[in-house]
Parts: sequence; C-alpha cells; structure tokens
Amino acid sequence: MSDEIPVLDIAFRLNGEAVAARVEPRELLIDVLRERYGLRGAKRSCDIGVCGACTVLVDGLPATSCSMLACDVDGREVTTIEGLAHDGRLDPVQQAFVAHGAMQCGYCTPGMVLAVKALLADNPRPTEEEARHYLRGNLCRCTGYVKIIEAVMSLAHTRREPA
Amino acid sequence: MLPPRFDLHRPRSLDEAVALLARHGEEASPYAGGTELLIALKARVARFAHLVDLKGIAELRGVRAREDGGVDIGALATHHQLARDPLVRERLPGYAELSGNIANVRVRVAGTLGGNLCFAEPHADPPAMLCAYGARVQLRGAQGARVLALEEFLQGELTTARADDELLVRIEVPGLPRGARACYRAFGHLERPAVGVAALALPEGKGYRWRLRAGGLCGRPTALAAAERTMAGLEPAAALEALARTVEADAGALEAHDDLQGSADYKRYLVTVLARRAVRGALGLGEKA
Repeated sequence: MSDEIPVLDIAFRLNGEAVAARVEPRELLIDVLRERYGLRGAKRSCDIGVCGACTVLVDGLPATSCSMLACDVDGREVTTIEGLAHDGRLDPVQQAFVAHGAMQCGYCTPGMVLAVKALLADNPRPTEEEARHYLRGNLCRCTGYVKIIEAVMSLAHTRREPA
Repeated sequence: MLPPRFDLHRPRSLDEAVALLARHGEEASPYAGGTELLIALKARVARFAHLVDLKGIAELRGVRAREDGGVDIGALATHHQLARDPLVRERLPGYAELSGNIANVRVRVAGTLGGNLCFAEPHADPPAMLCAYGARVQLRGAQGARVLALEEFLQGELTTARADDELLVRIEVPGLPRGARACYRAFGHLERPAVGVAALALPEGKGYRWRLRAGGLCGRPTALAAAERTMAGLEPAAALEALARTVEADAGALEAHDDLQGSADYKRYLVTVLARRAVRGALGLGEKA
C-alpha cells in the first residue's frame, strides 16, 4: 500500500445538481452525503446492508449507502430523500406516507420512501405481494408496516384508474 | 464504520487485472459489487491493502447464448440483471426466479454472480441451483486459463479453488435436453437462506433422472444421492414416493451445525420439506400437498 493517503476525484449528479468531490477510496457514500453535503436523510443503522435505513437511489435504483464506496458513484446520478420535494411540494410518495400516517419514529422513512419511489418507477401497479417483496430489505423497527403498505397501495390504486 | 485504508486499482482489461493480482498476491482482493467484501472489510474480518475493481472490464460482462442451448454468464452480471435477462428467463426460468428472490433489492442491484460464487458463503442461493445445472466456471490467472466444474470450484465454507492471481471470468451453464425442468426452493428467517434445495429433472424412461442439490446448511452444495438413485426413471407419483422414503436419510447425512439460522436438526428437516417442494415444482405440481 502506498504511504501517501490515496485520493480520487469524482463528479456526479446529486439531486439533479452536478457536484465534484475528492475522496479517499475507502470513504463510504453515506459519510460523503451526510458530512460533506449536509444531507442527513440517509440514516446509518445496522451498518451491514440489511436494514435499508441508509437507502439512496443511484441511477434510479436502491443502493446501500452505508456499504457502498463513494468513488463508485463517479459519473452517476444520486438521489436522496432531500431531492424528492420540489418548490415546497412533496413528492406523491411522500404525500401518500403523510396521508396514511405511514411512519412512527421516522427513522426508516427516508429509505422506505426512496425504495417505494424505485418500486413504482419499475412497476407502477404493483400487487400487495410485489410491494412487500420489493420492500423486504427495508425494516421498520416500530413494525408499522400496515400503514406503509396502505400508502404504497394507494399509489398503485391511483395509477390503476383509467386515465 | 470505515473500512481500513486500501489502494484502489481500476484495470480496464482482464490481463491488467490478473497482473495486479499476481503482483500483490494475498494482499489484494478482486472487488465488484462489494455486498460481501465491504461488509467484511468494515467488520475487520478481512483485510486487503489493494482492491482491484473489476467493474471497468468489458470482458467480464454480458450474458450470451451457448450453441448447446445453454447460457454463458459474465462474472459481473448482477442478480438484478439475471432476474430480468430475456435469455436467462427463456432458457433458465428457474434461475431467473431465484435471482429475483436473493436477499433484498439493493443486494440484487449491486451484487454480482461472480462475486457470490467466489465468496463461497454457504448461506447463498445461486450455488445449489447452478451445481444442479452442472455449471462450469472459466478462470483466468497469470498461468493461463482453466475451466472447472462449479462443484469442484466450491470447496467448502468461504473456500474455493481460485488462486490469488485468478479471476472468475464466466459461468457456463450447459444446455439441457428437451423437456428438462428445474426448480429451486429456499427458506430462512433472515435475508440469507437457512436451506435451499434445487431440483433438476432430465427426461428418462417414463419419468426423469434427477439432480438434487441441498445448500445453505452445509459448506457447499451437496447431492441428495439416495433420493436421486431411487427416483431415477420413475413416473412422477412413484418418484415422489421414492423421495419421501429416502430424503430423510440423505438429509441426516448432511454436514450441518446449529447457528442463527436454526438448529442442525431443524435445517435437516427443512431439506426434506424443500426437496419435496422443489421436486413438485419441477414437475409442475402444486407444492403444498
């Protein structure tokens, strides 16, 4: 290993904005998001990729930011919970979570909302079984799953209605 | 937690990657999805001064049709890609289904099949089914290339035949005879399977010749050999009876130990249940009966 601390220059899109950073290869995405950009929505909890509280979207797909190297988002698009609302208007997924009271302590909520965002982008009309399968890796320690699934299905049903 | 400091190398070709691995020996690890490696580095159960990032190597990508009707899978293919790949869904529908059920969506998006096999964590879904299919792995190292049966490549818990300077390049899944069918069934309370059983049915006589592999509870996928022998060539109903008579003895002979996934006895029991479900699934029968 080299004696000097190795660094890498990366450039990526963060919530729609072009950004650049100099990182150590070992730096984790969650730390870069939280410490350098002040985006505290992604939560470090299990720290082993199981709980989903640190979920962000990379190129639109869910990623475990606590166990992903920051340098691997070079050239890619990162979306955090802070990037969902626009001009003071909540994203429809956030709105559905509010309408259905789909949160208790709120710790899992950012990751949960982003996972739902990715689910609906991939499958706009999931069945309840498909929704549960997709969200299997996002744990709610308050066990408030019923309201979360209700919120997801309200969006699926909305989209089921004929245009 | 931050992993310990390492140098990150980003080779653009297989030759360059192999040269890096040869130069740094056991100080280096190949790195792709990171779903296993980064967790191990953070926990300090593994330590490498050099990571060789394989994601920029085009030769490790792609899923291609084989002339024998099978599929060649580049080591960098992710579980998410394999679950959706049209060729995999057409030729290996049971494997596409397995890929879509691995761990959680984040692991499927980042995790690669090559990494899964090289890490050789027993509590994993792909090995049992790929062993039932008779899959082979192409390796490339400083000394040249070789092809091994996956069942020889996987040697035990976290142990493979891969040398420090070798890379798993491609997984060859050979074509199956017309009428062959496969099914994998797994169960676990955690994200990883406590037990998984793969059943491959190859037409023979009035029924099938069976390849049954149990994984998860033992260090590497293991054949349910007595069941395979007694079921061979029998019509479906008779094959299921033969399975019921023999699978307990097969399960009892499996290496298993008590862990978070359950007691050894419980996991051996799961083998009997999941073997029945996988065989019924391969036969196109309802699985609960």
